[in-house]
Amino acid sequence: MKLQHKSGLRTLAVSAIALTSAFALTACGSDNNTPGGGGETTQAGAGDIKCDGKGQLLAAGSTAQKNAMDLWVQNYSQACKDVQINYQGTGSGAGIEQFMQGKIGFAGSDSALKPEEVEASKKVCKGGQAIDLPMVGGPIAIGYNLPGVENLVLDAETIAKIFDSKITKWNDAAIKKLNPDAKLPGTAIQAFHRSDESGTTDNFTKYLKGAAPDAWKYEPAKAWEAKGGQSADGSSGVASQVKQVEGAIGYFELSYADANQIPTVDLDNGSGKPVEATTANASAAIGEAEVVGTGKSLALKLAYDTKAEGAYPISLVTYEIVCDKGNNAETLGAVKSFLAYTASEAGQKAVTDKGYAPLPEEIAVKVRETVDSLS
Amino acid sequence: MDTPSRSEHTPSPPDLVTPPGLTSPQTGLAAASAASGRARLGDRLFAGASKGSGILLLVIMAAIAVFLAVRATVAISANEGNFLTTFEWNANANPPVFGIAVLAYGTVVSSIIAMVIAVPVAVGIALFVSHYAPRRLAQPIAFVIDLLAAVPSIIYGLWGALFLVPHLTGLNLWLDEYLGWTVIFDKTNPAATPRSLFTVGILLAIMILPIITNVTREVFLQVPRAHEEAALALGATRWEVIRMSVLPFGRSGIISASMLGLGRALGETMAVATVLSASPVLTAHLLDAGGGTFAQNIASAFKEANDMGRDALIASGLVLFVITLLVNGAARLIIARHKEYSGANA
Repeated sequence: MKLQHKSGLRTLAVSAIALTSAFALTACGSDNNTPGGGGETTQAGAGDIKCDGKGQLLAAGSTAQKNAMDLWVQNYSQACKDVQINYQGTGSGAGIEQFMQGKIGFAGSDSALKPEEVEASKKVCKGGQAIDLPMVGGPIAIGYNLPGVENLVLDAETIAKIFDSKITKWNDAAIKKLNPDAKLPGTAIQAFHRSDESGTTDNFTKYLKGAAPDAWKYEPAKAWEAKGGQSADGSSGVASQVKQVEGAIGYFELSYADANQIPTVDLDNGSGKPVEATTANASAAIGEAEVVGTGKSLALKLAYDTKAEGAYPISLVTYEIVCDKGNNAETLGAVKSFLAYTASEAGQKAVTDKGYAPLPEEIAVKVRETVDSLS
Repeated sequence: MDTPSRSEHTPSPPDLVTPPGLTSPQTGLAAASAASGRARLGDRLFAGASKGSGILLLVIMAAIAVFLAVRATVAISANEGNFLTTFEWNANANPPVFGIAVLAYGTVVSSIIAMVIAVPVAVGIALFVSHYAPRRLAQPIAFVIDLLAAVPSIIYGLWGALFLVPHLTGLNLWLDEYLGWTVIFDKTNPAATPRSLFTVGILLAIMILPIITNVTREVFLQVPRAHEEAALALGATRWEVIRMSVLPFGRSGIISASMLGLGRALGETMAVATVLSASPVLTAHLLDAGGGTFAQNIASAFKEANDMGRDALIASGLVLFVITLLVNGAARLIIARHKEYSGANA
């Protein structure tokens, strides 16, 4: 009897362990959303940083700006020894969530706050509300793998049709028309998208919807909606597939294309001259954006259908989210001095090497003014 | 697999436990009785502590289960789709629409493929190591198989994505051409890279091979010498010995080992997420890219999930848990039926 009792306990223990490991699975995951391809850090560009505040400043959010943040934090903490800044790339959603709970000084996000989020922020921002401060942009490159074809030119409609499996061969008439001189093979197009939910997908589909509404019927979202094509996990996953598979095309941050030496599509934005995916061209497109934020918020509406020469509108803008009034008094000084640096000329210039597009001067000026007025 | 029970180990008499220095000739009796009282107290303390930790573990598990069930219920009741039959997974949308049909199908199918490939190979390796290979060869082989089990799954994933997938193109085309009529080997888009459930199944087979091999090998080594010698004495060849004495004896051991492997295949996360081209598609064409598994979906969707998204993932995790429980329960039933002649429960 005694023995049975014991072995019963043992069975329970074993099944308990099995149970724990089953649940532990839910906690697994990895995050490869960072746009930077690595490389050495830039020491230059610290500029004149005005230190303020003391102690630890916590921040979290978008992984797309993590590499820029790391560089900024490094430069800033060299100048200001009293402040330790800790930015965690948890993803935009988790960052905003933590901000709403008052756990962090500011949040990084790939998209502006939704009206209901602004409303909810009034709880944590005493006497004020959360605002969006655009801080840095980044071009989303469209990489392809087509040996023998250089400087492939596509326009918004063709890109939309390719990613929606409407155009399935590289020698399709629509592609031929845009590339009269290229020797296009008859291989099948293999379009790669992200299998995980991502701000990159969100911004890419926003562009498709904004620039080619007739060809792209899906609502922009973090999850890929279109049918067909193949998927891969993370920007690094998409980039490695494009690098590996002949006839492939995929979208990812520009730094991944640079790191993997993947040729990128030049965009025919209607100006008559194809635009290369570069940080400078992305900045030019962000310059065409319109400020749609209310109050002190500087949320931008990108002009996806811009026809301006040299403007590459397949870009994302990442924001810092802070309270306009009622920030935590303990960290306010550090937040203001840090964001003043990141929006400064030196701060913006420092991150261009990492594949980020600096803010156009007129928007940067507004951001600086707003940062100065935070309370 | 249960270890042999230790029924013959009766507790030692308490006076044997007493350190010899404590008993002087004059106070021998008193000291012995005091020591026995202490030992009983120790016994009780230990029994209480182990029982307490066992109960604590169960309480924690129950608390976790309740928490997960509550969160899952929240998600399922907010779901605008049918949790069981909807294909897509848009748990972060407003309103959330998600279902586990594709995930359940992908999980089960990829695991079945893995089992079909891995179990015969693993049994073969185990037989070779335990009954055919000379000792000098058997030990290195066993060592290498142990090593395979220690490779982290993300490494398998990277190897699968960078090496296995490109090298499976030929096999895919061959299967499509000669076995395409079976529907399951019909590839609708022959040019697409084979990042399919079939490839995932092959990768999973490699990943679960070591655990199945090791456990079955141990069981085969436990086959009573007398059984084998009796078979040999009857004039059986080595293959007949294996068929008549080793395999029947090891049957439930093989099943237990397969279940361990299946458990890993069902729950494998990163390797699947790296290799599979995930999409909300349910197809009988195993060579077509697409599909998904529970664990892969959790890994992919967790990063950007909001509250509702996380709850939905928890709900899907619970389904995986239930599937695993069912599979294990079925295996236990099978083992119980062969209990009287088995190596696993000897």
